[in-house]
Amino acid sequence: MARSSHAKATPGQIVIHIVLVLGAAAMLLPFIWMLSTSVKPPEEVITWPPQFIPRNPTFDNYVEAFTAVPLARFFLNSTLISTVSTVSILLTSSLAGFVFAKYRFPGRNLLFLVILATSMVPFQSYMIPFYLMVNRLGWISTYQGLVLPLLVMAFGIFFMRQNIMSVPDELMDAARIDGCSEFRIYWQIILPLSKSAMAALAIFAFKNAWADFIWPLLITNDIGLYTMELGLGMFQHRFTVDYGAITAASVISILPIVTVFVIFRRHIIEGVTLTGIKG
Amino acid sequence: MGSLATRGLSVKTKRYLFCYLALLPVVLLFVWLRVGPAASTINLSFHDWNLIRAHKPFVGLKNYINLFNDRLFLISLRNTTIFAFATVVFGMLLALPLALALNRPSKLTGFYQAVYFLPVITPMVPVSVIFKWIYDPGYGLLNYLLSFFGVEPIGWLMFPNLALASIIVMCIWKNLGYHMIMLLVGLKNIPGQYYEAAAIDGANKWQIFWKVTLPLLKPILMYVFITTSIEGFNIFTPVYVMTTGSQGAPGNSVRTLVYNIYEDGFRYFKMGYASSQAVMLLLIVLAVTMLQMKMLSGDDASSSVQ
Repeated sequence: MARSSHAKATPGQIVIHIVLVLGAAAMLLPFIWMLSTSVKPPEEVITWPPQFIPRNPTFDNYVEAFTAVPLARFFLNSTLISTVSTVSILLTSSLAGFVFAKYRFPGRNLLFLVILATSMVPFQSYMIPFYLMVNRLGWISTYQGLVLPLLVMAFGIFFMRQNIMSVPDELMDAARIDGCSEFRIYWQIILPLSKSAMAALAIFAFKNAWADFIWPLLITNDIGLYTMELGLGMFQHRFTVDYGAITAASVISILPIVTVFVIFRRHIIEGVTLTGIKG
Repeated sequence: MGSLATRGLSVKTKRYLFCYLALLPVVLLFVWLRVGPAASTINLSFHDWNLIRAHKPFVGLKNYINLFNDRLFLISLRNTTIFAFATVVFGMLLALPLALALNRPSKLTGFYQAVYFLPVITPMVPVSVIFKWIYDPGYGLLNYLLSFFGVEPIGWLMFPNLALASIIVMCIWKNLGYHMIMLLVGLKNIPGQYYEAAAIDGANKWQIFWKVTLPLLKPILMYVFITTSIEGFNIFTPVYVMTTGSQGAPGNSVRTLVYNIYEDGFRYFKMGYASSQAVMLLLIVLAVTMLQMKMLSGDDASSSVQ
Protein backbone atom coordinates (compact mmCIF):
# COMPACT_ATOMS: atom_id res chain seq x y z
CA MET A 1 0.00 0.00 0.00
CA ALA A 2 1.58 3.23 -1.13
CA ARG A 3 1.64 5.84 1.55
CA SER A 4 3.06 9.29 1.23
CA SER A 5 6.09 9.34 3.45
CA HIS A 6 6.46 13.05 3.88
CA ALA A 7 4.94 14.70 6.94
CA LYS A 8 6.29 11.95 9.21
CA ALA A 9 5.51 13.88 12.35
CA THR A 10 1.75 14.04 12.21
CA PRO A 11 0.14 14.22 15.65
CA GLY A 12 -1.50 10.85 15.01
CA GLN A 13 1.82 9.21 14.30
CA ILE A 14 3.39 10.75 17.37
CA VAL A 15 0.61 9.40 19.55
CA ILE A 16 1.05 5.97 17.99
CA HIS A 17 4.75 6.00 18.73
CA ILE A 18 4.17 7.11 22.31
CA VAL A 19 1.62 4.37 22.87
CA LEU A 20 3.92 1.71 21.45
CA VAL A 21 6.86 2.91 23.49
CA LEU A 22 4.83 3.07 26.69
CA GLY A 23 3.56 -0.43 26.07
CA ALA A 24 7.07 -1.70 25.40
CA ALA A 25 8.27 -0.09 28.62
CA ALA A 26 5.45 -1.78 30.51
CA MET A 27 6.47 -5.11 29.02
CA LEU A 28 10.07 -4.68 30.11
CA LEU A 29 9.54 -3.07 33.49
CA PRO A 30 9.00 -6.25 35.52
CA PHE A 31 12.10 -7.82 33.97
CA ILE A 32 14.21 -4.81 34.80
CA TRP A 33 12.79 -4.82 38.30
CA MET A 34 13.62 -8.51 38.60
CA LEU A 35 17.22 -7.90 37.53
CA SER A 36 17.56 -4.88 39.76
CA THR A 37 16.23 -6.66 42.82
CA SER A 38 18.47 -9.64 42.21
CA VAL A 39 21.64 -7.61 42.61
CA LYS A 40 20.59 -5.67 45.66
CA PRO A 41 21.91 -6.43 49.14
CA PRO A 42 19.11 -7.31 51.60
CA GLU A 43 18.86 -3.87 53.13
CA GLU A 44 18.22 -2.33 49.73
CA VAL A 45 15.56 -4.87 48.82
CA ILE A 46 13.35 -4.15 51.79
CA THR A 47 13.48 -0.42 51.64
CA TRP A 48 11.13 2.46 51.10
CA PRO A 49 11.03 4.11 48.66
CA PRO A 50 12.15 1.31 46.33
CA GLN A 51 15.11 2.18 44.13
CA PHE A 52 15.70 1.00 40.61
CA ILE A 53 19.42 1.39 40.65
CA PRO A 54 21.07 -0.35 43.56
CA ARG A 55 23.67 1.65 45.40
CA ASN A 56 25.81 -1.35 46.31
CA PRO A 57 25.13 -4.00 43.69
CA THR A 58 26.23 -7.45 44.71
CA PHE A 59 26.18 -11.00 43.42
CA ASP A 60 25.62 -12.37 46.92
CA ASN A 61 22.01 -13.19 46.11
CA TYR A 62 23.11 -15.42 43.29
CA VAL A 63 25.55 -17.18 45.58
CA GLU A 64 22.82 -17.61 48.16
CA ALA A 65 20.36 -18.88 45.57
CA PHE A 66 22.78 -21.67 44.75
CA THR A 67 23.73 -22.50 48.31
CA ALA A 68 20.48 -22.15 50.21
CA VAL A 69 18.77 -24.62 47.90
CA PRO A 70 20.22 -27.13 45.44
CA LEU A 71 19.57 -24.79 42.54
CA ALA A 72 22.18 -26.33 40.27
CA ARG A 73 20.44 -29.66 40.73
CA PHE A 74 17.09 -28.10 39.86
CA PHE A 75 18.63 -26.53 36.75
CA LEU A 76 20.06 -29.87 35.69
CA ASN A 77 16.76 -31.61 36.27
CA SER A 78 14.87 -29.06 34.20
CA THR A 79 17.45 -29.27 31.42
CA LEU A 80 17.33 -33.06 31.37
CA ILE A 81 13.55 -33.30 31.34
CA SER A 82 13.14 -30.55 28.77
CA THR A 83 15.76 -32.05 26.47
CA VAL A 84 14.28 -35.55 26.57
CA SER A 85 10.82 -34.12 26.01
CA THR A 86 11.97 -32.00 23.09
CA VAL A 87 13.75 -34.87 21.35
CA SER A 88 10.77 -37.14 21.81
CA ILE A 89 8.35 -34.54 20.54
CA LEU A 90 10.53 -33.74 17.53
CA LEU A 91 10.82 -37.39 16.54
CA THR A 92 7.18 -38.33 17.04
CA SER A 93 5.80 -35.14 15.53
CA SER A 94 8.00 -35.16 12.45
CA LEU A 95 7.39 -38.82 11.69
CA ALA A 96 3.66 -38.69 12.34
CA GLY A 97 3.39 -35.33 10.61
CA PHE A 98 5.16 -36.77 7.61
CA VAL A 99 2.87 -39.78 7.38
CA PHE A 100 -0.27 -37.69 7.76
CA ALA A 101 0.97 -35.14 5.25
CA LYS A 102 2.16 -37.39 2.45
CA TYR A 103 0.27 -40.64 2.58
CA ARG A 104 -3.27 -41.89 2.14
CA PHE A 105 -4.21 -45.08 3.93
CA PRO A 106 -7.25 -46.66 5.54
CA GLY A 107 -7.92 -45.15 8.94
CA ARG A 108 -5.91 -42.01 8.31
CA ASN A 109 -8.73 -39.58 8.98
CA LEU A 110 -9.91 -41.47 12.02
CA LEU A 111 -6.46 -41.51 13.59
CA PHE A 112 -5.97 -37.85 12.85
CA LEU A 113 -9.32 -37.07 14.44
CA VAL A 114 -8.40 -39.02 17.55
CA ILE A 115 -5.19 -37.04 17.93
CA LEU A 116 -7.09 -33.82 17.28
CA ALA A 117 -9.62 -34.75 19.94
CA THR A 118 -6.93 -35.45 22.51
CA SER A 119 -5.43 -32.03 21.91
CA MET A 120 -8.67 -30.48 23.10
CA VAL A 121 -8.53 -32.17 26.47
CA PRO A 122 -6.42 -30.10 28.85
CA PHE A 123 -3.85 -31.92 30.96
CA GLN A 124 -5.51 -30.72 34.14
CA SER A 125 -8.60 -32.72 33.17
CA TYR A 126 -6.81 -36.06 33.15
CA MET A 127 -3.99 -35.46 35.58
CA ILE A 128 -5.65 -37.57 38.29
CA PRO A 129 -5.79 -40.90 36.43
CA PHE A 130 -2.40 -40.05 34.96
CA TYR A 131 -1.03 -39.77 38.46
CA LEU A 132 -2.72 -43.01 39.47
CA MET A 133 -1.25 -44.79 36.45
CA VAL A 134 2.23 -43.52 37.22
CA ASN A 135 1.70 -44.66 40.78
CA ARG A 136 0.78 -48.17 39.66
CA LEU A 137 3.97 -48.27 37.60
CA GLY A 138 5.98 -47.31 40.65
CA TRP A 139 7.20 -44.23 38.86
CA ILE A 140 6.16 -41.62 41.42
CA SER A 141 9.08 -39.31 42.10
CA THR A 142 11.21 -40.62 39.25
CA TYR A 143 12.62 -39.00 36.14
CA GLN A 144 10.57 -41.22 33.87
CA GLY A 145 7.43 -40.24 35.73
CA LEU A 146 8.34 -36.58 35.41
CA VAL A 147 8.88 -36.67 31.68
CA LEU A 148 6.05 -39.04 30.78
CA PRO A 149 3.27 -36.56 29.92
CA LEU A 150 5.76 -34.51 27.93
CA LEU A 151 6.71 -37.19 25.43
CA VAL A 152 4.17 -36.23 22.78
CA MET A 153 2.49 -33.04 21.64
CA ALA A 154 -0.54 -33.05 19.37
CA PHE A 155 0.22 -29.51 18.18
CA GLY A 156 3.62 -30.74 17.15
CA ILE A 157 2.05 -33.23 14.79
CA PHE A 158 -0.24 -30.60 13.27
CA PHE A 159 2.64 -28.18 12.91
CA MET A 160 4.98 -30.62 11.20
CA ARG A 161 2.21 -31.94 8.98
CA GLN A 162 1.49 -28.41 7.81
CA ASN A 163 5.14 -27.81 7.05
CA ILE A 164 5.80 -31.12 5.36
CA MET A 165 2.79 -30.73 3.09
CA SER A 166 4.71 -28.03 1.29
CA VAL A 167 7.52 -30.40 0.34
CA PRO A 168 7.10 -31.24 -3.37
CA ASP A 169 5.94 -34.78 -3.99
CA GLU A 170 8.27 -34.97 -6.97
CA LEU A 171 11.24 -35.08 -4.61
CA MET A 172 9.84 -38.16 -2.96
CA ASP A 173 8.98 -39.80 -6.28
CA ALA A 174 12.47 -39.15 -7.57
CA ALA A 175 13.93 -40.73 -4.46
CA ARG A 176 11.71 -43.78 -4.84
CA ILE A 177 12.82 -44.24 -8.42
CA ASP A 178 16.36 -44.29 -7.07
CA GLY A 179 15.35 -47.13 -4.79
CA CYS A 180 14.94 -45.16 -1.60
CA SER A 181 12.78 -46.73 1.11
CA GLU A 182 10.01 -44.67 2.66
CA PHE A 183 11.86 -44.39 5.92
CA ARG A 184 14.98 -43.13 4.18
CA ILE A 185 12.85 -40.55 2.42
CA TYR A 186 11.79 -39.37 5.85
CA TRP A 187 15.25 -39.43 7.32
CA GLN A 188 17.33 -38.08 4.44
CA ILE A 189 14.96 -35.85 2.52
CA ILE A 190 12.09 -34.65 4.65
CA LEU A 191 13.99 -34.02 7.85
CA PRO A 192 16.76 -31.89 6.34
CA LEU A 193 14.13 -29.85 4.51
CA SER A 194 12.20 -29.27 7.74
CA LYS A 195 15.07 -27.91 9.80
CA SER A 196 13.49 -24.54 10.26
CA ALA A 197 10.16 -25.93 11.38
CA MET A 198 11.88 -28.40 13.66
CA ALA A 199 13.85 -25.59 15.22
CA ALA A 200 10.69 -23.63 15.99
CA LEU A 201 8.97 -26.72 17.34
CA ALA A 202 12.01 -27.57 19.43
CA ILE A 203 11.93 -24.18 21.08
CA PHE A 204 8.22 -24.43 21.85
CA ALA A 205 8.54 -27.94 23.20
CA PHE A 206 11.51 -27.01 25.34
CA LYS A 207 9.80 -23.97 26.80
CA ASN A 208 6.65 -25.97 27.44
CA ALA A 209 8.56 -28.66 29.32
CA TRP A 210 10.67 -26.17 31.24
CA ALA A 211 7.69 -24.09 32.34
CA ASP A 212 5.64 -27.10 33.44
CA PHE A 213 4.57 -26.65 37.05
CA ILE A 214 1.58 -28.65 38.13
CA TRP A 215 2.83 -32.07 37.02
CA PRO A 216 6.21 -31.82 38.75
CA LEU A 217 4.31 -30.54 41.77
CA LEU A 218 2.13 -33.63 41.85
CA ILE A 219 4.71 -36.22 40.99
CA THR A 220 7.78 -35.35 43.06
CA ASN A 221 8.26 -36.00 46.74
CA ASP A 222 11.99 -35.69 46.73
CA ILE A 223 13.74 -32.34 46.60
CA GLY A 224 16.48 -33.89 44.53
CA LEU A 225 13.98 -34.27 41.71
CA TYR A 226 12.59 -30.76 41.70
CA THR A 227 12.65 -28.73 38.51
CA MET A 228 13.62 -25.07 38.44
CA GLU A 229 10.04 -23.87 38.34
CA LEU A 230 9.12 -26.09 41.23
CA GLY A 231 12.12 -25.01 43.25
CA LEU A 232 11.22 -21.38 42.66
CA GLY A 233 7.58 -21.84 43.49
CA MET A 234 8.06 -23.92 46.58
CA PHE A 235 10.83 -22.14 48.32
CA GLN A 236 8.90 -19.03 48.98
CA HIS A 237 8.79 -19.63 52.69
CA ARG A 238 12.53 -20.01 52.56
CA PHE A 239 12.99 -16.87 50.55
CA THR A 240 10.18 -14.99 52.20
CA VAL A 241 12.41 -12.50 53.86
CA ASP A 242 14.73 -12.41 50.92
CA TYR A 243 13.29 -11.40 47.58
CA GLY A 244 16.87 -10.80 46.53
CA ALA A 245 17.60 -14.51 46.46
CA ILE A 246 14.36 -15.57 44.85
CA THR A 247 14.67 -13.00 42.08
CA ALA A 248 18.24 -14.12 41.51
CA ALA A 249 16.96 -17.68 41.17
CA SER A 250 14.23 -16.39 38.85
CA VAL A 251 16.76 -14.67 36.62
CA ILE A 252 18.73 -17.90 36.38
CA SER A 253 15.60 -19.83 35.56
CA ILE A 254 14.57 -17.57 32.69
CA LEU A 255 18.05 -17.13 31.27
CA PRO A 256 17.95 -20.13 28.91
CA ILE A 257 14.62 -19.36 27.31
CA VAL A 258 15.25 -15.62 27.08
CA THR A 259 18.63 -16.22 25.45
CA VAL A 260 17.12 -18.62 22.94
CA PHE A 261 14.34 -16.14 22.28
CA VAL A 262 16.70 -13.24 21.68
CA ILE A 263 18.70 -15.31 19.20
CA PHE A 264 15.83 -17.01 17.41
CA ARG A 265 13.12 -14.39 17.84
CA ARG A 266 12.26 -14.12 14.18
CA HIS A 267 11.90 -17.90 13.92
CA ILE A 268 9.75 -18.08 17.00
CA ILE A 269 7.42 -15.28 16.06
CA GLU A 270 7.13 -16.71 12.57
CA GLY A 271 6.11 -20.03 14.08
CA VAL A 272 3.51 -18.31 16.17
CA THR A 273 2.01 -16.37 13.29
CA LEU A 274 1.85 -19.47 11.10
CA THR A 275 0.22 -21.79 13.57
CA GLY A 276 -1.19 -19.79 16.44
CA ILE A 277 0.78 -21.85 18.93
CA LYS A 278 1.57 -19.93 22.04
CA GLY A 279 4.46 -22.06 23.12
CA MET B 1 13.45 -50.96 6.30
CA GLY B 2 14.11 -54.62 5.46
CA SER B 3 13.50 -54.80 1.75
CA LEU B 4 14.16 -58.51 1.98
CA ALA B 5 11.30 -59.05 4.36
CA THR B 6 8.83 -57.10 2.27
CA ARG B 7 9.94 -58.40 -1.10
CA GLY B 8 7.01 -59.68 -3.02
CA LEU B 9 4.49 -57.26 -1.54
CA SER B 10 2.90 -54.69 -3.80
CA VAL B 11 4.11 -51.11 -3.67
CA LYS B 12 0.84 -50.02 -2.16
CA THR B 13 1.01 -52.62 0.57
CA LYS B 14 4.58 -51.70 1.36
CA ARG B 15 3.52 -48.11 1.73
CA TYR B 16 0.62 -48.99 3.99
CA LEU B 17 3.01 -51.07 6.06
CA PHE B 18 5.33 -48.14 6.43
CA CYS B 19 2.50 -45.84 7.43
CA TYR B 20 1.16 -48.14 10.09
CA LEU B 21 4.58 -49.02 11.45
CA ALA B 22 5.68 -45.42 11.52
CA LEU B 23 2.51 -44.33 13.27
CA LEU B 24 2.45 -47.22 15.69
CA PRO B 25 4.74 -45.78 18.37
CA VAL B 26 3.05 -42.38 18.19
CA VAL B 27 -0.45 -43.77 18.34
CA LEU B 28 0.49 -46.08 21.20
CA LEU B 29 1.94 -43.17 23.10
CA PHE B 30 -1.19 -41.13 22.51
CA VAL B 31 -3.47 -43.90 23.64
CA TRP B 32 -1.35 -44.54 26.71
CA LEU B 33 -0.73 -40.91 27.65
CA ARG B 34 -3.83 -39.10 26.44
CA VAL B 35 -6.81 -41.21 25.43
CA GLY B 36 -6.50 -43.67 28.29
CA PRO B 37 -6.24 -41.08 31.07
CA ALA B 38 -9.07 -39.00 29.57
CA ALA B 39 -11.36 -42.02 29.49
CA SER B 40 -10.21 -42.93 32.98
CA THR B 41 -11.21 -39.55 34.32
CA ILE B 42 -14.73 -40.01 33.09
CA ASN B 43 -14.86 -43.50 34.53
CA LEU B 44 -13.39 -42.42 37.85
CA SER B 45 -15.91 -39.61 38.19
CA PHE B 46 -18.68 -42.18 38.62
CA HIS B 47 -16.94 -43.83 41.53
CA ASP B 48 -16.08 -43.05 45.10
CA TRP B 49 -12.48 -43.68 46.03
CA ASN B 50 -9.97 -42.36 48.52
CA LEU B 51 -6.88 -43.92 47.00
CA ILE B 52 -6.08 -46.04 50.04
CA ARG B 53 -9.10 -48.29 50.35
CA ALA B 54 -9.31 -51.07 47.84
CA HIS B 55 -13.06 -50.59 47.82
CA LYS B 56 -14.14 -48.38 44.94
CA PRO B 57 -17.93 -48.33 44.76
CA PHE B 58 -19.81 -47.13 41.74
CA VAL B 59 -21.92 -44.18 42.75
CA GLY B 60 -23.40 -43.00 39.50
CA LEU B 61 -24.02 -39.29 39.37
CA LYS B 62 -23.61 -38.73 43.10
CA ASN B 63 -20.35 -36.83 42.69
CA TYR B 64 -21.89 -34.51 40.16
CA ILE B 65 -24.93 -33.85 42.28
CA ASN B 66 -22.73 -33.02 45.25
CA LEU B 67 -20.82 -30.55 43.14
CA PHE B 68 -23.75 -28.21 42.92
CA ASN B 69 -24.02 -27.99 46.68
CA ASP B 70 -20.31 -27.54 47.15
CA ARG B 71 -19.66 -23.92 48.08
CA LEU B 72 -15.98 -24.14 47.30
CA PHE B 73 -16.62 -25.63 43.88
CA LEU B 74 -19.13 -22.92 43.03
CA ILE B 75 -16.72 -20.22 44.16
CA SER B 76 -13.97 -21.70 42.03
CA LEU B 77 -16.36 -21.93 39.08
CA ARG B 78 -17.24 -18.27 39.45
CA ASN B 79 -13.64 -17.15 39.87
CA THR B 80 -12.41 -19.19 36.94
CA THR B 81 -15.14 -17.98 34.62
CA ILE B 82 -14.50 -14.36 35.51
CA PHE B 83 -10.80 -14.91 35.08
CA ALA B 84 -11.08 -16.58 31.69
CA PHE B 85 -13.37 -14.00 30.16
CA ALA B 86 -11.69 -10.98 31.69
CA THR B 87 -8.25 -11.97 30.45
CA VAL B 88 -9.53 -12.58 26.96
CA VAL B 89 -11.81 -9.57 26.58
CA PHE B 90 -9.59 -6.96 28.18
CA GLY B 91 -6.52 -8.50 26.67
CA MET B 92 -7.95 -8.18 23.17
CA LEU B 93 -9.22 -4.66 23.82
CA LEU B 94 -5.72 -3.61 24.77
CA ALA B 95 -4.03 -5.54 21.99
CA LEU B 96 -6.19 -4.26 19.15
CA PRO B 97 -5.01 -0.63 19.17
CA LEU B 98 -1.44 -1.86 19.49
CA ALA B 99 -1.84 -4.15 16.51
CA LEU B 100 -3.44 -1.36 14.51
CA ALA B 101 -0.55 0.90 15.47
CA LEU B 102 1.96 -1.68 14.27
CA ASN B 103 0.10 -2.38 11.05
CA ARG B 104 2.16 -0.07 8.96
CA PRO B 105 5.49 -0.61 7.26
CA SER B 106 8.18 0.20 9.75
CA LYS B 107 11.65 -0.95 10.58
CA LEU B 108 10.69 -1.12 14.22
CA THR B 109 7.91 -3.70 13.83
CA GLY B 110 10.20 -6.66 14.42
CA PHE B 111 11.67 -4.99 17.47
CA TYR B 112 8.28 -4.22 18.99
CA GLN B 113 7.02 -7.71 18.28
CA ALA B 114 10.01 -9.17 20.09
CA VAL B 115 9.69 -6.91 23.11
CA TYR B 116 5.96 -7.51 23.48
CA PHE B 117 6.37 -11.24 23.02
CA LEU B 118 9.03 -11.57 25.71
CA PRO B 119 6.51 -11.95 28.57
CA VAL B 120 4.63 -14.57 26.55
CA ILE B 121 7.63 -16.81 26.26
CA THR B 122 8.71 -16.36 29.88
CA PRO B 123 7.55 -19.19 32.14
CA MET B 124 4.69 -18.44 34.50
CA VAL B 125 6.48 -19.13 37.78
CA PRO B 126 9.16 -16.42 37.60
CA VAL B 127 6.53 -14.00 36.30
CA SER B 128 4.32 -14.81 39.28
CA VAL B 129 7.26 -14.34 41.64
CA ILE B 130 8.17 -10.89 40.36
CA PHE B 131 4.56 -9.73 40.25
CA LYS B 132 4.04 -10.95 43.77
CA TRP B 133 6.92 -8.70 44.75
CA ILE B 134 5.51 -5.81 42.73
CA TYR B 135 2.16 -6.34 44.45
CA ASP B 136 3.76 -6.49 47.90
CA PRO B 137 1.69 -4.40 50.35
CA GLY B 138 4.64 -2.99 52.27
CA TYR B 139 7.49 -2.55 49.79
CA GLY B 140 6.04 -3.28 46.39
CA LEU B 141 6.66 -1.23 43.30
CA LEU B 142 3.00 -0.79 42.48
CA ASN B 143 2.11 0.80 45.78
CA TYR B 144 5.16 3.01 45.41
CA LEU B 145 4.07 4.23 41.99
CA LEU B 146 0.55 4.79 43.24
CA SER B 147 1.78 6.75 46.23
CA PHE B 148 2.60 9.56 43.83
CA PHE B 149 -1.12 9.88 43.28
CA GLY B 150 -1.83 9.94 46.98
CA VAL B 151 -3.08 6.35 47.08
CA GLU B 152 -2.63 4.49 50.35
CA PRO B 153 -0.82 1.11 50.27
CA ILE B 154 -3.09 -1.69 49.15
CA GLY B 155 -2.81 -5.42 49.80
CA TRP B 156 -3.27 -6.49 46.20
CA LEU B 157 -3.21 -10.20 46.86
CA MET B 158 -4.84 -10.22 50.25
CA PHE B 159 -8.51 -10.01 49.42
CA PRO B 160 -10.32 -12.52 47.21
CA ASN B 161 -11.77 -10.21 44.57
CA LEU B 162 -8.81 -7.89 44.53
CA ALA B 163 -6.39 -10.79 44.27
CA LEU B 164 -8.40 -12.17 41.38
CA ALA B 165 -8.22 -8.81 39.62
CA SER B 166 -4.47 -8.57 40.31
CA ILE B 167 -3.84 -11.95 38.78
CA ILE B 168 -6.03 -11.05 35.82
CA VAL B 169 -3.95 -7.93 35.21
CA MET B 170 -0.76 -9.97 35.39
CA CYS B 171 -2.06 -12.49 32.86
CA ILE B 172 -3.22 -9.75 30.52
CA TRP B 173 0.29 -8.30 30.73
CA LYS B 174 1.79 -11.68 30.01
CA ASN B 175 -0.38 -12.46 26.99
CA LEU B 176 -0.55 -9.03 25.40
CA GLY B 177 2.23 -9.79 22.93
CA TYR B 178 0.54 -12.96 21.75
CA HIS B 179 -2.77 -11.20 21.19
CA MET B 180 -1.04 -8.36 19.42
CA ILE B 181 0.88 -10.62 17.05
CA MET B 182 -2.18 -12.70 16.21
CA LEU B 183 -4.24 -9.59 15.53
CA LEU B 184 -1.44 -8.28 13.36
CA VAL B 185 -1.60 -11.49 11.32
CA GLY B 186 -5.31 -10.99 10.91
CA LEU B 187 -4.87 -7.36 9.89
CA LYS B 188 -2.19 -8.19 7.35
CA ASN B 189 -4.49 -10.76 5.80
CA ILE B 190 -7.05 -8.15 4.89
CA PRO B 191 -6.50 -7.34 1.24
CA GLY B 192 -5.77 -3.70 0.53
CA GLN B 193 -8.53 -3.57 -2.07
CA TYR B 194 -11.17 -3.58 0.63
CA TYR B 195 -9.72 -0.45 2.18
CA GLU B 196 -9.34 1.24 -1.18
CA ALA B 197 -12.89 0.38 -2.18
CA ALA B 198 -14.21 1.71 1.12
CA ALA B 199 -12.19 4.90 0.77
CA ILE B 200 -13.54 5.38 -2.75
CA ASP B 201 -17.03 4.98 -1.36
CA GLY B 202 -16.27 7.84 1.01
CA ALA B 203 -16.05 5.89 4.25
CA ASN B 204 -14.21 7.57 7.11
CA LYS B 205 -11.71 5.84 9.38
CA TRP B 206 -14.28 4.74 11.97
CA GLN B 207 -16.59 3.27 9.37
CA ILE B 208 -13.73 1.45 7.74
CA PHE B 209 -12.82 -0.01 11.08
CA TRP B 210 -16.28 -1.20 12.02
CA LYS B 211 -17.50 -2.31 8.62
CA VAL B 212 -14.34 -3.61 6.98
CA THR B 213 -11.58 -4.36 9.50
CA LEU B 214 -13.54 -5.84 12.37
CA PRO B 215 -15.68 -8.30 10.41
CA LEU B 216 -12.65 -9.53 8.48
CA LEU B 217 -10.82 -10.08 11.75
CA LYS B 218 -13.52 -12.45 12.97
CA PRO B 219 -11.74 -15.74 12.18
CA ILE B 220 -8.61 -14.78 14.02
CA LEU B 221 -10.59 -13.21 16.84
CA MET B 222 -12.46 -16.44 17.24
CA TYR B 223 -9.29 -18.49 17.28
CA VAL B 224 -7.57 -16.31 19.86
CA PHE B 225 -10.71 -16.09 22.01
CA ILE B 226 -11.00 -19.84 22.12
CA THR B 227 -7.39 -20.66 22.81
CA THR B 228 -6.94 -17.96 25.40
CA SER B 229 -10.14 -18.68 27.28
CA ILE B 230 -9.37 -22.41 27.36
CA GLU B 231 -6.05 -21.53 28.90
CA GLY B 232 -7.87 -19.22 31.28
CA PHE B 233 -10.16 -21.97 32.52
CA ASN B 234 -7.15 -24.14 33.26
CA ILE B 235 -5.37 -21.52 35.35
CA PHE B 236 -3.40 -22.87 38.30
CA THR B 237 0.23 -21.81 38.56
CA PRO B 238 -0.10 -18.11 39.42
CA VAL B 239 -2.85 -18.93 41.89
CA TYR B 240 -0.64 -21.44 43.64
CA VAL B 241 2.48 -19.30 43.60
CA MET B 242 0.90 -15.97 44.48
CA THR B 243 -1.96 -16.72 46.77
CA THR B 244 -1.12 -19.72 48.88
CA GLY B 245 0.62 -19.38 52.18
CA SER B 246 3.41 -16.90 52.86
CA GLN B 247 3.20 -13.18 53.27
CA GLY B 248 1.02 -11.04 51.10
CA ALA B 249 -1.71 -13.63 50.79
CA PRO B 250 -2.83 -15.43 53.93
CA GLY B 251 -4.70 -18.64 53.35
CA ASN B 252 -5.65 -19.01 49.74
CA SER B 253 -7.55 -16.02 48.61
CA VAL B 254 -8.27 -17.08 45.04
CA ARG B 255 -9.82 -20.41 44.30
CA THR B 256 -9.92 -21.71 40.75
CA LEU B 257 -11.27 -24.91 39.25
CA VAL B 258 -7.93 -26.61 38.78
CA TYR B 259 -6.84 -25.55 42.24
CA ASN B 260 -10.02 -27.13 43.59
CA ILE B 261 -9.31 -30.35 41.70
CA TYR B 262 -5.80 -30.30 43.09
CA GLU B 263 -7.01 -29.89 46.65
CA ASP B 264 -9.83 -32.41 46.54
CA GLY B 265 -7.70 -34.93 44.70
CA PHE B 266 -4.30 -34.56 46.28
CA ARG B 267 -4.93 -33.09 49.66
CA TYR B 268 -8.14 -34.82 50.61
CA PHE B 269 -7.73 -37.83 48.29
CA LYS B 270 -11.31 -37.66 47.10
CA MET B 271 -10.31 -39.14 43.76
CA GLY B 272 -13.77 -39.77 42.36
CA TYR B 273 -15.05 -36.40 43.45
CA ALA B 274 -12.05 -34.56 42.03
CA SER B 275 -12.47 -36.46 38.77
CA SER B 276 -16.03 -35.28 38.46
CA GLN B 277 -14.72 -31.73 38.72
CA ALA B 278 -12.14 -32.53 36.06
CA VAL B 279 -14.92 -33.75 33.79
CA MET B 280 -16.86 -30.55 34.49
CA LEU B 281 -13.76 -28.59 33.49
CA LEU B 282 -13.54 -30.53 30.26
CA LEU B 283 -17.23 -30.00 29.51
CA ILE B 284 -16.90 -26.28 30.17
CA VAL B 285 -13.90 -26.05 27.86
CA LEU B 286 -15.81 -27.86 25.11
CA ALA B 287 -18.90 -25.73 25.64
CA VAL B 288 -16.92 -22.51 25.52
CA THR B 289 -15.25 -23.63 22.33
CA MET B 290 -18.48 -24.49 20.61
CA LEU B 291 -20.25 -21.38 21.85
CA GLN B 292 -17.54 -19.11 20.58
CA MET B 293 -17.40 -20.94 17.28
CA LYS B 294 -21.10 -20.40 16.89
CA MET B 295 -21.04 -16.77 17.90
CA LEU B 296 -18.13 -15.70 15.81
CA SER B 297 -18.62 -17.91 12.78
CA GLY B 298 -20.22 -16.87 9.59
CA ASP B 299 -17.28 -15.51 7.68
CA ASP B 300 -15.47 -17.81 5.39
CA ALA B 301 -12.54 -15.46 5.17
CA SER B 302 -9.33 -17.36 4.76
CA SER B 303 -7.10 -17.30 7.74
CA SER B 304 -3.47 -18.30 7.87
CA VAL B 305 -4.12 -20.29 11.00
CA GLN B 306 -4.74 -24.07 10.78
